[in-house]
Amino acid sequence: MSFDTDPGRYRHLRLEFDGDVARIVLAVDEGAGIVPGYDLKLNSYDLGVDIELHDAVQRLRFEHPEVRVVVLTGSLDRVFCAGANIRMLAQSSHPWKVNFCKFTNETRNAIEDATACSGQTYLAAVNGTAAGGGYELALACERIILVDDGSTAVSLPEVPLLGVLPGTGGLTRLTDKRGVRKDLADVFATRSEGVRGRTAVAWRLVDEAVPRSRFEQTVRKRAKEAAARSARPDGARPVELPPLRPDGYAYSTVTAVPEEHQVTITVRGPEAGDDGWLLRMTRELDDLILRLRTNEPELGTWVIRTEGDIDAVLAAEPGTDAWPHGEIRHYLKRTLKRLDVTSRSLIALIEPGSCFAGPLLELALACDRQYMQDDPDRPAEIELSHANFGDYPMGNGLSRLAARFHAEPGRVAALEKEQGRRLGPAEALELGLVTFAPDDLDWDDEVRLALEERAALSPDALTGMEASLRFAGPETMETKIFARLAAWQNWIFTRPNASGPEGALRSYGTGRRPVYDRERA
Amino acid sequence: MGIDYTERIPNNVDLAEDRRLKRALESWQPRFLQWWAEMGPALPTQDVYLRTAVAVGREGWAHFDHVPLPEYRWGIFLAERDTDRRVAFGQHKGQPVWQQVPGEYRADLQRLIVIQGDTEPASVEQQRRLGLSAPSLYDLRNLFQVNVEEGRHLWAMVYLLHAYFGRSGRDEAEALLLRNSGSEDSPRILGAFNEETPDWLSFFMFTYFTDRDGKYQLGTLKESAFDPLSRTCEFMLKEEAHHMFVGTTGVDRVVERTAQLMREHDDEDVRKYGGIPLNVIQKYINFHYSVSLDLFGGETSTNVANYYTAGLKGRWQEERRKDDHLLTEAVAVVPRIEDGRLAEARLPALTALNADLRGEYVADCVTGVNRWNRILVSHGLDPVLYLPHVGFNRKVGAFAGHHVSPDGRVLAELDWEAAAGRWLPAAEDKTHVLSLMRPVYEPGKIAAWVAPPRSGINGRPFDYEYVHL
Repeated sequence: MSFDTDPGRYRHLRLEFDGDVARIVLAVDEGAGIVPGYDLKLNSYDLGVDIELHDAVQRLRFEHPEVRVVVLTGSLDRVFCAGANIRMLAQSSHPWKVNFCKFTNETRNAIEDATACSGQTYLAAVNGTAAGGGYELALACERIILVDDGSTAVSLPEVPLLGVLPGTGGLTRLTDKRGVRKDLADVFATRSEGVRGRTAVAWRLVDEAVPRSRFEQTVRKRAKEAAARSARPDGARPVELPPLRPDGYAYSTVTAVPEEHQVTITVRGPEAGDDGWLLRMTRELDDLILRLRTNEPELGTWVIRTEGDIDAVLAAEPGTDAWPHGEIRHYLKRTLKRLDVTSRSLIALIEPGSCFAGPLLELALACDRQYMQDDPDRPAEIELSHANFGDYPMGNGLSRLAARFHAEPGRVAALEKEQGRRLGPAEALELGLVTFAPDDLDWDDEVRLALEERAALSPDALTGMEASLRFAGPETMETKIFARLAAWQNWIFTRPNASGPEGALRSYGTGRRPVYDRERA
Repeated sequence: MGIDYTERIPNNVDLAEDRRLKRALESWQPRFLQWWAEMGPALPTQDVYLRTAVAVGREGWAHFDHVPLPEYRWGIFLAERDTDRRVAFGQHKGQPVWQQVPGEYRADLQRLIVIQGDTEPASVEQQRRLGLSAPSLYDLRNLFQVNVEEGRHLWAMVYLLHAYFGRSGRDEAEALLLRNSGSEDSPRILGAFNEETPDWLSFFMFTYFTDRDGKYQLGTLKESAFDPLSRTCEFMLKEEAHHMFVGTTGVDRVVERTAQLMREHDDEDVRKYGGIPLNVIQKYINFHYSVSLDLFGGETSTNVANYYTAGLKGRWQEERRKDDHLLTEAVAVVPRIEDGRLAEARLPALTALNADLRGEYVADCVTGVNRWNRILVSHGLDPVLYLPHVGFNRKVGAFAGHHVSPDGRVLAELDWEAAAGRWLPAAEDKTHVLSLMRPVYEPGKIAAWVAPPRSGINGRPFDYEYVHL
């Protein structure tokens, strides 16, 4: 499965441009599901549709500096988007469903990130019924404009129809983003037919409900208003995102070597004079993460290494948000967040010749453990920079160091003073930046034993444990969405009431009614 | 308010004693009358010779009188209750039918009733200008009879929403009056009900083909385990039969007149004699038949499968069918297009129920065409009228996006488009038909493009003054 695409190859989306306003038009090709077995009716989506959406959201930020507003709308007459394709979900394995949900959630978050950080405000022009994931797509936008024609509704029918939860943050965004009262949200999320027009506005489910005759005009007006508020730079030059063309898992700056139960990922620092390294490395790492997650579910441990020159890595990140550096920073931020929510054990190996410094040190800090080799002849070193103190926040809004030392904020302040110099193993251990620092004699055995021990543990327990430990500190909408997806939704997905032979998800579309075990757990 | 609702609203649902229902109807009824004034028949009349249902028995149902249209007494009638009735199909088969809405099926039942209810006022709106070009007072009266009965069918659905669905039912009842046919801002739910009925040939075709779809939909709801819905639909079907009659005999009389003109002038092109040529009649058949086939929905539907299993919506004449009435193991064959050819697919019968109903409908439509061909033969002409292939001109279901000719060949899009003017009413056909639409309001007279009926209404002669203008 490949995540690499471009607008010339889209089958499900149309991109339209009009000055500073772009439109993403959902026009899903029914017969072009990414795997056989279902038709993508009523603008429903599968992974293939979402790969295009992911690509479009990314490209709009880099290749279209002139775009300040993105209008998300549908091509069909009466339906905006029917959400994730139910037959696709019903025929998919549990890991596939979870991975699919994770990726779609990351794209919804990227839509909000574009609005918040890139001056590209997303507007949902809901020109037909938006059900389930369709409404959740609208929820990811800054403003929802609903056509008010007496028929068109927004709905979250997952609970009443499918016996599962909305999978892309719908419930959390209702209460936390839109401020829908919990009792009304309860009615809404159990009423399969949804809510229309004025009531949808009164319940805060949408921002405005507009008659069809004034719909386009209103969308244009809202787009103009949002464009006027945008801080996107004038006259910036587009940054092209060329095809990545990896050879297997070997990219120009990133390589992954699969072994039994684990994969070793090596990120190479920039060669001298390679100005495009940071963006290319970010894209390649991002693509690799997505492919490994989707294609290699049994490689449960990711060993993360780096190779290269620390000074070159630090020089590659100029520490300014001037175009396009800000976009690159936010892209790497999103890629690091992907790592944070990846359901694999992440182990950083900091060895001689590595370059865990500044932005690449974040890779190590994202890992569950950091091993640093202590070899007196060939010292391994790391270096802190401004990148480690808030440039790449996690989903909980904290830097990885702030989360790491959640109970000891003074240590973060002290670490800020350590910027600009190399830190060896002993010092790194003392400062709490690495877990262990075995010497060169012990290194091979220590690492081997740790990895073998890890591989022997229950993958489910590890996934739950790692997700519980990675996000110290406050909850945000983002962490709630992932945590609830990982806990509640995954539990419900695997329960017989959803996926048993008589469960709601399995019987949907067969004409049989689900049979529920009435016991509350 | 001091309105005697039992007098104003004939009913057999004990309206006088039902405070909740009275409260709901008191607020809805003025809105209905306002809707009728704005969206009902455009031609002003003093009164019309109409049949009003005042009871469900044979005699109460055949009550005829001259009535000013806004004073028509739209009643609420359910067929007599069978106290032993049991669910005939699905997972509740054999259990007593429901007198209340089970909470589990509230949303689905409400949806079914709203969709059915939305079509009833829609056709009144589509036909509102036809009175201005009626070919005779007899036809004008029939138009109004159809209109008031569609209005009554709206009442019937609103009664169910008010009586059984609480607050959300009242909201939906109100929305039935807010949506309007052809409105850009709030169109009717189903596409076919947003097209104006521009002329009387279209009206006859609509009442033959599209109202017949309504008959089949009502027939499936008549099987419902929700007894009030079942009984309501059973009574509506009796009125629907009259609408079919208007359509069948309407097309009869157009074909009859065309045949007369062809024989009289020994010329197929009867346009110059004020008639409608057979090929234009055929094009109208092609159009209305194909659009009506779309109303049955996609060949496969999981919603309909759910409705069946739940007992909400059965098959046509469910109880006469000789199978297990569960269909959990049954297989059905439905048409599809594969690699540009017509093919068949074997599917679980439950998900192919739309195709099942469509099949019943198609068989019924054939009888009309046979009847019209017999008229041609009786005039010594060839029986040339036909129903096009089910895949022709379809926008919904397995044939949508393909281009099938009336004789069932799968064509390339360009070839189909090039020939479409020979198969569907072209601009010049519509212009010609419209040019014939001049009103004839003199008792006993009729327009030249249509033959008079063989008999009048309720034993009255054709020249009876059915409508006072």
